[in-house]
Amino acid sequence: MRNKRPIEPFLWLLFSAGGVMAALFFPALIFLFGVAFPLGWLQPPPYDRLLALVSHPLTRLVLFGVCALSLFHCAHRLRYTLYDGLQIKHLDEVINTVCYGGAIAGTIAGAVVFGLIA
Amino acid sequence: MNHVSYTPYHPRWHRTRVSTYWWLWRRSYFLFILRELSSLSVAWVVVYVLALVVRVSQGEAAYRAFLDWSSRPSVLALNVLSLAFLVLHAVTWFNLAPQAMVVHFRHRRVPGALIAASNYAGLAAVTAIILALLFVQW
Repeated sequence: MRNKRPIEPFLWLLFSAGGVMAALFFPALIFLFGVAFPLGWLQPPPYDRLLALVSHPLTRLVLFGVCALSLFHCAHRLRYTLYDGLQIKHLDEVINTVCYGGAIAGTIAGAVVFGLIA
Repeated sequence: MNHVSYTPYHPRWHRTRVSTYWWLWRRSYFLFILRELSSLSVAWVVVYVLALVVRVSQGEAAYRAFLDWSSRPSVLALNVLSLAFLVLHAVTWFNLAPQAMVVHFRHRRVPGALIAASNYAGLAAVTAIILALLFVQW
C-alpha cells in the first residue's frame, strides 16, 4: 500500500523543517537582495563585508541547511498541489521523480556552492 | 487502487466529476492553492541565494554584475512577486503552527496564540540577525 511506505513520515518531517526555515530566513533575504537593494531603498553592503560573511563556515553551513530543507519543503508541497489542484494523482511516479529529484539535484548543487563537496 | 470489475449485482461507483479548475471559484480554495504555490517562490529564492553566493565568491566584479542583473525589470518583478508569496507562506505557516504543535508545559497545554507569537518572534530574531550581520559596524 502506498501510504505504508516507510519514507513518508521522513518526507513530512523535511516538509515541516523546510517550511520553518523558509518562513524564518527568506522574507528578509528576498526583501533585501531582491527588492530593497535593486530599487535603491537601501545601500547594499560593501563587497568585502559580504565576502567575509559568505566565506564564514557557519554562514555556509546554515545557508546550506536552510536551502536544502526549503527545497524538500517545496518538492513535497508541489507534489500534493499537483495531485489535488490538477487532479493528476495517477501521474504520481512522474511527479515524485520530478519533485524529489529536483530537490536532490538542488541539494547537491548547494553542497557544491557552499564547498561541502568538491 | 479501487479497481472493481463488473459483477451483476454490484453497485456502480458513483463519483461526480470535479472540474480541473475547482479551486478558482471559491475564495478559500483559491487562497489555499496560492498558499501551496508559494512553494515555487521558495524554490526560486533558493536559486537566487545560491546565485548570489556563487557571484560573491567569484570576485567584486561578479558581485556588481549580480546587483546590475537583479535590478532588471523582469528579475525585479519576479522578486517582488516572490516576496509577496514568501510573506503569504510565513504568515499562513506561523498561523497554522498552533494546530500542528501541541505543546504542554507543567501539565497544561500552551495556548495556540503563544505558539504563533513565538514563531513571529523567531522571524523577528532571524531578520534582526541578518540585518546586523549585513549592516552593523562592530
